[in-house]
Amino acid sequence: MAQATLPPEVLDDAKARRYSADAAGLGRLRAGAFVAPALALISLFLVFPALWVLYLGLSNYRLTGAAAAAPQSVGFDNFVKALTDPEFWNSTWLTFEFVLGSAVIGQVVLGFLLAWIMRDRTGPLKRIVEGLVILAWILPSAVVSFLWVALLDRDDGTLNTLLHSQDFAPLLDHPMLSIIVFNTWRGAAFSMMLYGAALGNVPPSHLESARLAGASGWQQLRDVVFPHIRGHVLTNLLLISLWTFNDFTPFLLTAGGPDGKTEVLAVHVYQVALQGGELGYGAAVSTVILLINLVVAVFYLRLLRSKK
Amino acid sequence: MSAIELRGLTKVYPGGVKALDSLDLAIPDGEFFALLGPSGCGKTTLLRTIAGLETATGGAVVIGDRDVTGLQPGARDIAMVFQDYALFPHMNVTDNIAYPLRIKKVGKAARQQKAAEVGARLGLEQLMDRRPGQLSGGQQQRVALARVMATQAQAFLFDEPLSNLDARLRLEARTFLKKLQHELGVTTVFVTHDQAEALAMADRMAVMESGHIRQIGTPAEVFQRPANTFVAGFIGSTPMNLLDGVVRGDTLEVSGCKLAVPQSAEGLLHDGEKIVYGVRPEYNVYSAGPVDGSLGGNVSIVENLGASYLVTLDVNGVLVQAVVPEGHEPLIGDEGYALPRRDRALIYRDGELVPA
Amino acid sequence: MTRFVLHRIGFYVLIAVLLAFFTVPLLWLASAPFTSDPTYQVRLPDFTSENFRAILDNPYALGSLWNSVVLAAGTAVLVVVFAALAAYALSRVRLPGRDALLYTLLLLSSIITGTAAMVPLFQLAVELHLIDSQLGLILIMTGGLLPAAIFMMKDFMDSTPKSYEESARVFGASPLQIVRHVVVPLVRPGLATIAVWAVANVWGNFLMPYLLLSDVEKQPAAVIMYTLYTEGGQANIKLLATFGLLYSVPVVLMYLFVSKKYGFRFHGGIKR
Repeated sequence: MAQATLPPEVLDDAKARRYSADAAGLGRLRAGAFVAPALALISLFLVFPALWVLYLGLSNYRLTGAAAAAPQSVGFDNFVKALTDPEFWNSTWLTFEFVLGSAVIGQVVLGFLLAWIMRDRTGPLKRIVEGLVILAWILPSAVVSFLWVALLDRDDGTLNTLLHSQDFAPLLDHPMLSIIVFNTWRGAAFSMMLYGAALGNVPPSHLESARLAGASGWQQLRDVVFPHIRGHVLTNLLLISLWTFNDFTPFLLTAGGPDGKTEVLAVHVYQVALQGGELGYGAAVSTVILLINLVVAVFYLRLLRSKK
Repeated sequence: MSAIELRGLTKVYPGGVKALDSLDLAIPDGEFFALLGPSGCGKTTLLRTIAGLETATGGAVVIGDRDVTGLQPGARDIAMVFQDYALFPHMNVTDNIAYPLRIKKVGKAARQQKAAEVGARLGLEQLMDRRPGQLSGGQQQRVALARVMATQAQAFLFDEPLSNLDARLRLEARTFLKKLQHELGVTTVFVTHDQAEALAMADRMAVMESGHIRQIGTPAEVFQRPANTFVAGFIGSTPMNLLDGVVRGDTLEVSGCKLAVPQSAEGLLHDGEKIVYGVRPEYNVYSAGPVDGSLGGNVSIVENLGASYLVTLDVNGVLVQAVVPEGHEPLIGDEGYALPRRDRALIYRDGELVPA
Repeated sequence: MTRFVLHRIGFYVLIAVLLAFFTVPLLWLASAPFTSDPTYQVRLPDFTSENFRAILDNPYALGSLWNSVVLAAGTAVLVVVFAALAAYALSRVRLPGRDALLYTLLLLSSIITGTAAMVPLFQLAVELHLIDSQLGLILIMTGGLLPAAIFMMKDFMDSTPKSYEESARVFGASPLQIVRHVVVPLVRPGLATIAVWAVANVWGNFLMPYLLLSDVEKQPAAVIMYTLYTEGGQANIKLLATFGLLYSVPVVLMYLFVSKKYGFRFHGGIKR
């Protein structure tokens, strides 16, 4: 033990850097290698397309023809075209109706109602109701879309049978209302589960003290429950609005028709860019969608952070 | 089995927090050594730096005659028991104990035999096929010890080995650990925040505070002659009375009372200097009537310690504690006198013991 | 007392209405496959298995289910492996810019949806000759699912104590040994969750395969199902009923498995 050791100052970094101090001794180099494949795929198939869409929006790219071979920059023409196009504004308005009707009103209200009436129940009734609501949510969209096509069919749809009506064709006569009801049915499970979890976190002692003070059901809801789940309501609203806004499933029911009466933005992009071949114009609309998503997502992440 | 030596060991975290400040420490071969201190004092960082789980910013760790400062934890020939034991939940007891040997590429039959051997020594024969989740806290601890024993490392490191056991089991495990360490004779360093645990188990101990070692010594030395007021306040199940005083000729004036100079400090004090007078409640002799050279006041609290009572006197506004045997405890409000034992009382100057 | 009775009655009427709303659209899927000569109308089934012949008669039905399996399994494997590696490194090593990276990943995964990115993705697939390539589709869907998967997986890794790895490390295990012997077994439930989540996502995904696979032989069940009920002429209802059922069953089984084994932990959407 008599051998000379260097004075501490000289040892400093050279020695410390010889190996890494994370739990498994992985080291930054290996850690980088672990992250790399995921980052490569995300960059190529998620980040790059998002940037590409910005570039496309500024070009006259088409699927076929002269512009397909040599696309040229056209500045903000596509955006100007979109913003002055009545079809774009029609789609935007329809999307607004769809999100407001099926997500903000439909799913939130129905989801909360389901969570509220099931809150202190146990047993088979609760399991059946929840199971059915969740089933509507997890079945493949192509299957449920067809189920609704069959349900609403003009000739021998089940709805007509139930109503003893004939030739009632909701998908043709009230297409927007149809997809709103459909999407409410389809997505209520998420809100139900989120509110169910939130209601489970309301301390029973608070509800009991409100009941002791003689509060009615409605007063309990307003004064005790709502303050506790306010954060969840906002989270829920932002998430389902974002999802509904980007939902392509209406296409499976109506393909945007009849007469573009259900051509929400998601479907509009498809029709214009991939059916019509106007990639540049479609990209400009995509950019608008991206921007709206960005705004909602930033709000959502702010909310998550402030909760932590 | 090897000695452990630390030379000028320093650990600075990114962000500038100095967890260890140039520590020197020598632990001879075969010693059971305790690192004691309040939470955040750096004792766990020190243990983890010896293990190599934290890299030293400066200084050296020497195990046996090897400087291991730059070596991976696995190359240091040490073994460690973690606070939560870190038994792999997906392996049964045999596989857990044999894991270090698996890493050393010992054949399956050989390592299972070794695991059975060590397991039997710790009374785990019946449990070898169970998963850690099916074991009690005490059993888990013994599996962790068995796993460490199976390594035949040069030194053992235990991080708060008893803190995950419930109070009753802890006393039992304390005795068991001490006995085991003496039988094995392996140099062992353990970390604890419980001074009673350190006093009971360790051959020697280091008391740490904010990255510094404040005293190194045997439990008896640390208990009887704490080197400074920090150690004096930290060691002992009832904290030491630390009273401000002034030297008046060849006596002391402490909160209005006249006390004799303790034997250890005789002839070392100067007239008029300010000191801190330290005496453990156990070394205060209590009486109901006035005694020369005692701290007199009124009883303000009486606490039951079982076979004795802890009496708190209000001496002119300063609280002084004394331990009184059962059957002699006073009532609240009584007059009382605490006479410190001259051979046990201590004097601190600027927070350090006189004589150092 | 009457108030209480009225309350009860109101409650059960409400439950009945809600049950009907959620049940009626699903009835057809339960009855039609087992009804002779099914129509769009829901009728009491006579429990025939005759309709299932239609699946064998259709040249693409069984193949499309197999395609769905290939796409789902391929994507799930890539997502689990890459997400686990990345999440482990991000959880355990202080890489520079880690927090910013995670934040960006979370943001990206929520804003770049299939809808917003269909135009460039289609074009990218054309340029890279990935149209009609199942591997290409797998890679694209993996890229889309990875950010959320990494995020969920990192949460899981963060909640696993480091002392297991440190313990193995003190015994001399190398980083790769630690990953193999300790980390993978410890996080297996998390890996299973991510795998199920990825499979469920790909299984139901319609837009991406619809966009990128034009060869009927390569299309998954989602696209074939859509083609079956939108193509011209009289739709083959026998086929639609049985095929729809067969296509749905795996999802339901998977849901039952997950909710039984892990209690359907609420992860902010096991689907989508």
